[in-house]
Amino acid sequence: MNTLSSSPGRLALRRFLRNRTAVSSVVFLLLATVVSVFGPWVMAIDPNQGSESPFVSPGALHWMGTDIHGRDLFSRVLVGTRISLLVGAVGAGVSVLIGVTWGLVSGWRGGRTDAWMMRFVDVLYALPTVVWVMLTLTLFETRCVGWLSERWPASIPAFRLAAMMVSLGSVSWLTMARIVRAQVLSLRERPFILAAQSIGVPPVRLMLRHFLPNLAGVVIVYLTLTVPAVVLYESFLSFLGLGVRPPQASLGTLIADGASQLNSVRVRWWLLVFPAGLMTLMLAALNGVGEGLRSAFEPRDGNGD
Amino acid sequence: MARVALIPVLLWVVATLSFFLLRAVPGGPFDRERAPASREVEAALKARYHWDEPLWRQYGRYLGNVMHGDLGPSLKYRNHSVNDLLGQTVPVSLALGGMAFGVAIGLGIPLGVLAALKRGGWADYAAAGLTLVGVCVPVFVLGPLLVLVLGLWLEWFPVALWGSWQNAVLPTLTLGLYFAARVARWMREGMIEVLRSSHVQTARAKGLSETAVILRHVVPVALVPVISYTGPMLADLLTGSFVVENVFQIPGTGAFFINSFFSRDYTMMMGMVLFYSLLLQVLNLFSDLLLRWVDPRVGS
Repeated sequence: MNTLSSSPGRLALRRFLRNRTAVSSVVFLLLATVVSVFGPWVMAIDPNQGSESPFVSPGALHWMGTDIHGRDLFSRVLVGTRISLLVGAVGAGVSVLIGVTWGLVSGWRGGRTDAWMMRFVDVLYALPTVVWVMLTLTLFETRCVGWLSERWPASIPAFRLAAMMVSLGSVSWLTMARIVRAQVLSLRERPFILAAQSIGVPPVRLMLRHFLPNLAGVVIVYLTLTVPAVVLYESFLSFLGLGVRPPQASLGTLIADGASQLNSVRVRWWLLVFPAGLMTLMLAALNGVGEGLRSAFEPRDGNGD
Repeated sequence: MARVALIPVLLWVVATLSFFLLRAVPGGPFDRERAPASREVEAALKARYHWDEPLWRQYGRYLGNVMHGDLGPSLKYRNHSVNDLLGQTVPVSLALGGMAFGVAIGLGIPLGVLAALKRGGWADYAAAGLTLVGVCVPVFVLGPLLVLVLGLWLEWFPVALWGSWQNAVLPTLTLGLYFAARVARWMREGMIEVLRSSHVQTARAKGLSETAVILRHVVPVALVPVISYTGPMLADLLTGSFVVENVFQIPGTGAFFINSFFSRDYTMMMGMVLFYSLLLQVLNLFSDLLLRWVDPRVGS
C-alpha cells in the first residue's frame, strides 16, 4: 500500500470513484447541466414561442410533445432544468456562506456568544421555514416588483429568481451551522491549532488557513445534500405558483402545468410524465452524489462496519 | 419543562415579525387594484380594520386580540373572521394529516422491522425501494402521477374533492408514502443497531423465544430514533399537505393558506403563520414527551 500519497482527501476521492452509484450520478448531472445550458441554444427553438399546434403528442418533430400554447415541451424542460439547477446551486451556496460563518464564529468565540447564537438557531428550527420563505417572497412581490415595474420591468424575472435563491438559502443554513460549530469545537483543542495560536497567528489567518481546510470535508458533504433540498423547495414553491412565474419555466411550474391538464376526457400524459420524470432523476442523482461523498468522507457510515 | 415556557415567547416573535413584515411597509390591500369607490368608503373601511391608527396602536391591538384567541377579520372573505375559516378548514387538514401519519407509522414500522430482521429479504428490498421513492419522488410529483395512473388510467379512485372514503385514498397515499419511507428507514437502522447490543444477547441467552426478544427487547428501543424524528417529520407533513390539498382540491387549511398569498389577505396570512407555528410547537412537544416516556434516560 502506498501510504505516502494517501492524504485523507485523496483516499476519500478514491473511495468515491469506486462507488458506482455516485459516479453515474455525477455523469448524469454533468450531462443534464451541459444539455440544459447549451441545448436550447443549439436547437434554436424559443421555449416561450407559441405555435398553432397545441397538445401534439411526442414525436420526431417535438420529442416531448407540445403544451397548451403549442410550445415545444423538450426545450421548456431544458430551460426549466437549467433554472432549477441554478437555484439549487446558488441557494445552497448562500446557505453554506451563512452556515459556515455562523458556525465558525459561534464555535470559535464560545461562551455566551456561542450560547446566544445557538439559541437563535434553535428558535429558527422551531419555526415553519417554508412559511417564512412564502412570506418573504410575497413581501418581495408586493413591494419590490411594483417599484421595479415602473423603472426597469425587464429585470423583474431576474430579481424574482434572485429573491428566491436568497430566501431559500437563508432558511437552509441551520444544520450547516450546527455541524460546523461542532467541528470547530473539536478542532479548537487540537495541538496544531494551539501551536498556531501560541506563535501569534492572527485570528483571520487562523480561520482561513487552519480551520477552513479542516472543515472542507463536512462542508462539502453537507453542501451536496443541501442542493437537492433547495431544488425541491424551489419546485415546491413554483408548483404552488409562488416561485418562478410564467412565461419562465422551472421543473416545478412544468409539473404544475402537466397536473392541471389531467382530466378524464383526454389524458395528455406527456405534459406530466417528462418533467416529473426528469425531476425524479435529478433528485436521485443529486442525492446519489451526496450519499457517495458522505460515505467517502466517513467510511464508517458507508460500509456498515 | 422550559420548552412549554418557550412556546408563548416563540409565538410572540412570530406574531411580531409577521405583523411588521406585512403591515408596516407602506401599501395595503386597499391601495391598488382594489381601491374602493370613494374616499368615504375608503375611510370607513380603514376605520373598520383600524388601519387609520398609528402603527404601534395597531400592533398592540393585534397582540391583545391574538392573546384572546381572536385572529381578526379576513380581508378577502369580508364576512368571515380568520377564526371562522380556520375552524372550517382545520378539521379537514387534521383528518388528512392524521390518516397520512397513520399510513406512515402503520406501513413504515412493520416494514422497517421486517427489513432489519431479514436483511436482503423481500421486505428489505421493499423498504429500500420505498426509501428511494420517498427521496426522489416529491409529493408534488407523486400526487399528479397517482392521479394519472390510479385515477385516470385504471379508474380505481376519484381524483379530487373531499367527502367519502374513496376521495381520501389518493391524497392519504400521496402524503403518507413519503413518510412511510422515512419511518421504515429509521426503524430499520434502529433495529440493526439494537440487534447488535448486549442486552439482546442476554435476552436470547436466558432462553426467551425470538418473538419475545424482538417484541419486548428490540422494537421498543429501536422506536426511540423514530420518535425523535417525528417532530421534524410533522413539520414536513404540514408543507406536504399544502401540495396535496392543492392537487386534490381539498378544502383544507393549506389550500386557504396558499390562496391568502394570492389575494394578499394579510390578516389571514398572519393568522395562518401563527397557527402553523403553534401547531408545530405543540406537535414537537408531544413527540418530546413521548420520547421521554419511551426512553426515561432522555432529559433526566
